[in-house]
Amino acid sequence: MNVQTKPEVKRADEAKVGIADCDTHPTPKSLEAEIYPFLTQHWRDYIDTYGMVQRIGFASGTQYPKGQPRASRRDSFPPDGGPPASNLAFMQEQHLDPHNVDMAVSIPLRIGQALNQAELAVAVCSAINDWQEHFWTSKDKRMKASIVMAYENADACIEQIEKHAPKDDFVQVSMLSRTPEPMGHRKYWPIYEAAAANDMPVAVHAFGYGGNPVTGSGWPSYYIEDMMAHSMSCAGLITSMVYEGVFERIPKLKLVIVEGGISWLPSLAWRLDRIWEKNRLELSHVTRPPSELMRDHIWLTSQPIEEPDTRRHLLETIEWIGWEKVLYASDYPHWDFDDPKHVLPANVSKEQRQGFFRDNAMKLYGLA
Amino acid sequence: MAQKHVVARVSDFEGTDRKLVEVKGRPVVIFKLGEDWFGMLNRCPHQGGSLCAGKLISWVESDAPGEFRMSREGEILRCPWHGWEFDIRTGENCARPGKYRSRQFGVSVVTKEEAEEVGNLEKFDVSQEGDFVVVEM
Repeated sequence: MNVQTKPEVKRADEAKVGIADCDTHPTPKSLEAEIYPFLTQHWRDYIDTYGMVQRIGFASGTQYPKGQPRASRRDSFPPDGGPPASNLAFMQEQHLDPHNVDMAVSIPLRIGQALNQAELAVAVCSAINDWQEHFWTSKDKRMKASIVMAYENADACIEQIEKHAPKDDFVQVSMLSRTPEPMGHRKYWPIYEAAAANDMPVAVHAFGYGGNPVTGSGWPSYYIEDMMAHSMSCAGLITSMVYEGVFERIPKLKLVIVEGGISWLPSLAWRLDRIWEKNRLELSHVTRPPSELMRDHIWLTSQPIEEPDTRRHLLETIEWIGWEKVLYASDYPHWDFDDPKHVLPANVSKEQRQGFFRDNAMKLYGLA
Repeated sequence: MAQKHVVARVSDFEGTDRKLVEVKGRPVVIFKLGEDWFGMLNRCPHQGGSLCAGKLISWVESDAPGEFRMSREGEILRCPWHGWEFDIRTGENCARPGKYRSRQFGVSVVTKEEAEEVGNLEKFDVSQEGDFVVVEM
């Protein structure tokens, strides 16, 4: 292609203070080159022989690619090869530097977490954590890692949390929204307890493979239905965690919902309050209104932010959620990336903008 | 009133259908589709995606789920970020025509002699043979 590029010009108001990006997706150049060094020979041979089967029954493959090749911006493939976001220098040049990002949370996807073979999942998740540290956070201090976990095995999760949480490189633990059981289920409680005890928020990123249909009424026909169903799965997991008493049992737990959109949250809170008031026989262990629990325990990342035709409706929605609870996220390098220059309408106060783009995240993650 | 700007040589398009140029400090992507030329601002009106990295696809119509008609191959530009589609001939957004459009500029091809009348050939070695691409902005 005959393309000459030039660096984007920074706007004056962006140059003053860096932004926090709470969802980016570093990817290994290849399993063999970057992940195998952190796996034993046994697991390397195992993957070469049997592959890595996701928990997605009766399917020969996963839903990828999605919408665009590798679900990514077409301009995000590094010029010297490899998949999008597999080259730190190119990610710096295309995203971190021009957008003045000075804290970017890495959330590796697609490898490890939702593998059907439980021991393999543990080994690969452990390798992904070591890989983030060696290939990303140690090379650029702006990058912060997520502790990726095989969440069907709580003991293995606790081990990974205790190993990595004390390091400055890691800021949260990471799960995927489509768990085999609803997220309020007791089998996940030890993970939440360990995260809270180590002052790590639990981030729940879109998708994953729980083995269940992605909607409550089965498998949809189109990719984009699958994508939309993530918001519904988040509504389901929040309902589960609120009503099954997770937030009262673990008062220090912080939950970050990543890449599910934001506008559905206030109406969910309104509904959960009304139902809770009327069902005390079932829900008497929930002693506070769900909306209060949600305000205290839940944060949302912004991308993919809703884009109503009347832009101020988005601002009203953020008012309902609380400006202090929404964290800017780009989703770089994926195709539904939100550019920080365009994500919010113009008529937002300086304080709101500062919280959205930086302060909310720095406070949540305990960063300066 | 729009001025003409010499932005490229026709020979620059050998082996490619597009070129990103700068006119009055603004990035403009020029497309060559057969013998037709098109120019548009290299910023998607949605979030600013670089349109020169987009794919040229067909116009797709459907009367019912599962029924598709494709036509006008290569005349629809799909933004490399979020997939917004634009008619390369008019700039109209395909999903919501009349609501969004890409910013189009007139593009034409002129001979060396005509290009000299446009008068901004500094960037080009005019001793070479061949025609020039001109953008109106």
